[in-house]
Amino acid sequence: MRMFLSRLVPALGVAVSILTSPASAQDKLTVYTYESFTAEWGPGPLVKKEFEAECGCSVDFVSVADGVALLNRVKLEGASTKADIVLGLDTNLTAEAKASGLFVPHGPVAENNVPGGWSDDVFVPYDYGYFAVVYDTEKLKNPPKSLKDLVEGDATDKIVIQDPRTSTPGLGLLLWVKSVYGDKAPEAWAKLKPKVLTVTPGWSEAYGLFTKGEAPMVLSYTTSPAYHIVAENTERYQAASFEEGEYLQIEVAGITTTGAKNPLAAKFLAFMTGPKFQNVIPETNWMFPAGKTDKPLNPAFDRLVKPAKTLLFSPEEVAANRKAWVDEWLEVMSK
Amino acid sequence: MRHPRSDPPHKGEGGRRAPTDPRITAGIVALAAIALLIGGAFAGLILEGARDLSGAASAFDPYLLRVVRFTLWQAALSTLLSVVPALFVARALSRHPRFFGRGFILQLFTVPLALPAIVAALGILALYGRAGYFAAIAGQSWPDVYGLSGILIAHVFFNLPLATRLFLEALGTVPADQWRLASQLGMGARAAFRLVEWPVLRAALPGVAGLVFMLCITSFTIVLILGGGPAATTLEVAIYQALRFDFDPARAVTLTLLQIALTFAVVLALMRLGANVTGDANLPVAPRRYLSAGPTETALNAILIMLALLFVAGPMAATVAAGLGADLGRLAGESAVRQATLTSVILGLLAALLSVTLSLSLIMTRRALSLRRRPSARSLLEHATDTGAGFVLVVPPIVIGAGWFLLLRTVSDDFAIAPVMVVTVNAVMAMPFAIRAMRPAYDAASERHERLCAQLGISGWNRLLLVDWPSLRRPLATGFAFAMALSLGDLGVIALFGSDSVQTLPYLLLARMGSYRTADAAGLALLLGAVCLALVVAADWLGRGEKS
Repeated sequence: MRMFLSRLVPALGVAVSILTSPASAQDKLTVYTYESFTAEWGPGPLVKKEFEAECGCSVDFVSVADGVALLNRVKLEGASTKADIVLGLDTNLTAEAKASGLFVPHGPVAENNVPGGWSDDVFVPYDYGYFAVVYDTEKLKNPPKSLKDLVEGDATDKIVIQDPRTSTPGLGLLLWVKSVYGDKAPEAWAKLKPKVLTVTPGWSEAYGLFTKGEAPMVLSYTTSPAYHIVAENTERYQAASFEEGEYLQIEVAGITTTGAKNPLAAKFLAFMTGPKFQNVIPETNWMFPAGKTDKPLNPAFDRLVKPAKTLLFSPEEVAANRKAWVDEWLEVMSK
Repeated sequence: MRHPRSDPPHKGEGGRRAPTDPRITAGIVALAAIALLIGGAFAGLILEGARDLSGAASAFDPYLLRVVRFTLWQAALSTLLSVVPALFVARALSRHPRFFGRGFILQLFTVPLALPAIVAALGILALYGRAGYFAAIAGQSWPDVYGLSGILIAHVFFNLPLATRLFLEALGTVPADQWRLASQLGMGARAAFRLVEWPVLRAALPGVAGLVFMLCITSFTIVLILGGGPAATTLEVAIYQALRFDFDPARAVTLTLLQIALTFAVVLALMRLGANVTGDANLPVAPRRYLSAGPTETALNAILIMLALLFVAGPMAATVAAGLGADLGRLAGESAVRQATLTSVILGLLAALLSVTLSLSLIMTRRALSLRRRPSARSLLEHATDTGAGFVLVVPPIVIGAGWFLLLRTVSDDFAIAPVMVVTVNAVMAMPFAIRAMRPAYDAASERHERLCAQLGISGWNRLLLVDWPSLRRPLATGFAFAMALSLGDLGVIALFGSDSVQTLPYLLLARMGSYRTADAAGLALLLGAVCLALVVAADWLGRGEKS
């Protein structure tokens, strides 16, 4: 039975893969990333076109749900991974990614303009954004002006947040509160708790509830209003600006041990930090480009909240404390 | 030739004498397939997790105790609230076989299974939420739905229709002669319920309640979204966290085993509620005819059916309304949408076909085994073919997916394996549904035909095609519809194995939601519901066969 299946399953698999993937003999670069990157409205198709024209090779994207799933996928595959490049981890995941031993130092890349000048020998940033409380101007006339306002404000103005155990923005808010309140974070969460309408497993569910009108506030990004302005032509959804500053999320890419054998991988990282890639980012990924673009950004981006201060823990701090901090959060929120 | 029921039972006969009935072989093959699927996943995880067992031990902390308590509590309440009303709704529907729109109601009752949790949650919130329809009428006094109440509403929305249809299948096995007798004896509604309907319902009760309980105990997205915060967390969330964020296979396996053990205890307790019915061994001579219900009862039944329909159709109507707001023309023109629809339909059909085949094998085996034994002694194999298969449901798809990923990564191409895994896992996951839908009819048919077949020496394919097929046709279609709806809505398996070559509708829906395109997502939800309904209607039509 087992013998039979172990033969049948790969055979079926091969049959399917022949049907689904175009065969190509030319040089190939495999990039693992998250879904919204490769979606037809995402940066993926344009990036693929530009890079293929430059390298005379073919680019294969493989996408999974999000950054966390991405790291898991690579870990699950281990050293036999097909990925040359893993694109879409954030700095909260890089320490863990490095510890897996599946990534190698990168070659020369262009300088980045990430606030605070983030740099690393293995991972290269391609865009960044700030977490922010996005609110509905039709429902909320006096948005909170600081994290303290939000924590101590009126409990009738509800917010939808994400679970730090299952989602990246959820973890972002946890780190944001930690960086502002430090040891007093549990008390802050206890005060915030009655204002939390619900805690969703991911960003999509939270944003869905928010746009359906279930709550006037949601945890999202400072760039979220840009989408509504550019794509939907509405200024209804705005990000609140907090006095304490906003927490930064940096998205990075790295070369795997598999990619170390493929010269195209280093070329891709160099391309990624250049203008042809960076031009695409703002209005497809709805994040700020980490490198130089050919043209100034859409004016909608100038109207976005400019953080008074950039908050960020180092990857090592996050890796060392994440479990303890999440447990601390859980202790307060699950009572 | 073997005479059913007259065989002298031998202790441990399975060991000494090779099973001659091909039905038993079929069941063993099906069981082996399930065991392989789950065992393989566990093996993959254990091989990987054995390096670091600390996570397994540290899983047991006070928080886990709270999680377990909440998991069991919400699952028990959800089961009670789904199953008890379903008994009466099913009875009402069975009393009025010509009720206007009855067939459509039943088809509609299959659709919730295909809806991804977030779609159902948004549909429910459109009615009961803070910005919902009822809140708009009731104003400030409308209570917040987030918390246990929200979880219960959602679980009843998913499971009441399911339980109703399964009970209805069971009621369909009441022999026509019994109805004639009840009619001749002038039984009223109450007496007929007690003497005719309740015994069949009671026999089906543990199975249906067990199935609903398993679905609720493993509920994940619904609990997180509508639960209002991590105080409402199920074990499934902890398992997911262990694999996704902590990548701790040892811990994930430990928690999964805990989940199986808890479910096992509950299902064992449920078994005590049940009873075995003795079916009618004679061929029915009376035409199929139910007691005619009096005007009061008819009115009550109509109200009951309407209430159930409103409860189930409400969130679906909200989903449809939201979907109509999307640019459906553009969506239908997108090649990604067309491709995803095709992929979904093909994977769903394949999974349903596999699921029904495996389920039928198990049902036949169980029946064959139960005919061979003394009434009191059920063998382990018989138990395994019965409730055992149901435990597949409490193994989270992420565990199966991750385990196989680990196991296969050295052997083959992960991407190529994706469609195979999606079909197989969904087929096995849908088996408990298909089994519940088909077993009452098979057992009843077997009760009638077993001796005839034995006397005439009809067995194997001949028996399946000539004897069993006519009476199995309709329940097979029901089982097929359930299995298909379930695989159509799957997100657990596809999320891990999905790649750009295999994108299903729910997958695409979530991707759209994940990049601000909520209107597109609503349109896709409508499309998914419509595809599911169309397939269910088709399955029903194919299953109708001869007039009864």
